[in-house]
Amino acid sequence: MKAMQILREFSRRDRVFDFLIKAMPPELDVSHNIILYLEGLNKSFDGFKAINNLNLYIETGELRCIIGPNGAGKSTMMDIITGKTRPDTGQAWFGQRLNLLEMDEPEIAEAGIGRKFQKPTVFENLTVSQNLELAMSQDKRVWPLLVARLNTEQRELIDEVLTIIGLNALAADPAGKLSHGQKQWLEIGMLLMQKPALLLVDEPVAGMTHQEMERTAELLTSLAGKHTVIVVEHDMDFVRSIARKVTVLHQGSVLAEGSMAEVQSDPRVIEVYLGE
Amino acid sequence: MLLMNIFKNDRPGVWLLAILLVVSIVVPVLNLLVAESSIFHLSTYTVTLLGKYLTYALLALAADLVWGYLGILTLGHAAFFALGGYAMGMYLMRQIGERGVYGDPVLPDFMVFLNWQELPWFWFGFDQFWFAALMVMVVPGILAYVFGYLTFRSRVTGVYLSIITQAMTYALMLAFFRNEMGFGGNNGLTDFKDILGFDLRADSTRIALFLASAAALAIGYVLSRIIVSSRLGLASVAIRDAESRSRFCGYRVENIKLWVFVFSAIMAGVAGALYVPQVGIINPGEFSPLNSIELLIWVAIGGRGTLYGAIIGAMLVNYSKTYFTAALPEMWLYALGALFILVTLYLPKGIVGLRNMWREKA
Repeated sequence: MKAMQILREFSRRDRVFDFLIKAMPPELDVSHNIILYLEGLNKSFDGFKAINNLNLYIETGELRCIIGPNGAGKSTMMDIITGKTRPDTGQAWFGQRLNLLEMDEPEIAEAGIGRKFQKPTVFENLTVSQNLELAMSQDKRVWPLLVARLNTEQRELIDEVLTIIGLNALAADPAGKLSHGQKQWLEIGMLLMQKPALLLVDEPVAGMTHQEMERTAELLTSLAGKHTVIVVEHDMDFVRSIARKVTVLHQGSVLAEGSMAEVQSDPRVIEVYLGE
Repeated sequence: MLLMNIFKNDRPGVWLLAILLVVSIVVPVLNLLVAESSIFHLSTYTVTLLGKYLTYALLALAADLVWGYLGILTLGHAAFFALGGYAMGMYLMRQIGERGVYGDPVLPDFMVFLNWQELPWFWFGFDQFWFAALMVMVVPGILAYVFGYLTFRSRVTGVYLSIITQAMTYALMLAFFRNEMGFGGNNGLTDFKDILGFDLRADSTRIALFLASAAALAIGYVLSRIIVSSRLGLASVAIRDAESRSRFCGYRVENIKLWVFVFSAIMAGVAGALYVPQVGIINPGEFSPLNSIELLIWVAIGGRGTLYGAIIGAMLVNYSKTYFTAALPEMWLYALGALFILVTLYLPKGIVGLRNMWREKA
């Protein structure tokens, strides 16, 4: 009798076993117009609270500047978003469906978050266009890489990005020969090759000349809209020249948020950061 | 078509393959067709010596692929060479059959000597050449896979990885020294008679082995060149220069390292398998960490990260080794040391780096 029941249970035709359903990687869903949710994040290193109950929401297509004194937790926040560091508690979501805390670094990069590091780290022994070729979003498993050849579409994308970052003439030069500013642009170009939805840009103008800074400002503002851009920067002039919305971090949490004018007139901000 | 494109940018590689081709025509002619009394006659001893250099060159090529292009400073690559050699040695042992000192039709001499009654299971199949040839590649490949899987996944890099590779080859050496392992212990495998039915002492067999080594080196070179000029090769260089950056670009660093490492180990295994019938012996000394280190010196002297540099380095160092150990035996190690120091000081890119320095001056 019991065996009968079990048999019936197994042969029910209105049910599909879990293991038969193909796992679909969730796609980036920004239907609520928010691309990044950071909620209640905490992270401490040997007792030092680098991130302290951090809440941050970034809208799609926004150009957001994040400022804050040294040790405010800017880099740690970037590390958490890109999967380099895991928070102790809290939530980090990319769109509605992608839980960043369950993904590792390559998966996050693949999902559409690109990060530009403080110190430009381009592949110095490869040429500028080879750098872009490697950064392109593509099948990055071993065998496909071995047989991959550049097709017309990819070549065009590389040319397009070379034009955006203004390094057309240097495409065949080794990246190690570029100037500091040019390396920064190449880095941004490498990010663009991945067609990322969200760009994290860490101190893009550190060590740049004034002209280079202006070029970079143009570049970043032209990217907003099509991509969402988060810029972490120390240089206040630069932030003023590009910022639409600024977030001030202090001791691992958000101190103030708003337009540059609002933030600058906030007494707490003046106290910790601008008033020095 | 694909190869044309690749070799358009690799002039030294084309030269290298051309020289290999010429040598593999000239050497058999000089050895077999020119009369022994003529000054142009090449002795079989020299042919075997050259064949040995070629297998060393293949080993150096394998090491350069992982050191020069992936930045893995392997101090244990000779282990894969020795494993390939042992697989071939086991086949040659079983070919001896009843002609051994003890005349046992199945058991190799050392097993009879140890009073073993039957063949251990891992010696089964080695009487077949195809099986041995397969194992020559499979055994080093599997070891490299397991070793690479464990170390690359846990992100062991740099000096720590080098030490582990050295520990691996040292452990294998100690294991193979033990008689109970069933690989002839201290004495290793030797006293080979024939391969595929051909007498190993015959000139024609020696020539065939030499040609096989040249062919293996050429094929190994072409395959390695295909790898390094593909996008996988670009990614390897990227990993070598900035590992965490390439991880952020979305590359599975451990997988790329793993498969290139496995391929390199297989090449080393093939080199070992061609080495053993030419020198006529394989013993645990081949696992010695010293061999792996010397191997790196060949690559460094030739010029790492170029592939052809490794081949030139292996040839040159081994030729001078043969020359010096005969002419000034006590001077050889000093000469090798001095060569290494001079090259690192004045030619950081090795001998092939001279070409670029020359070109920049011109």
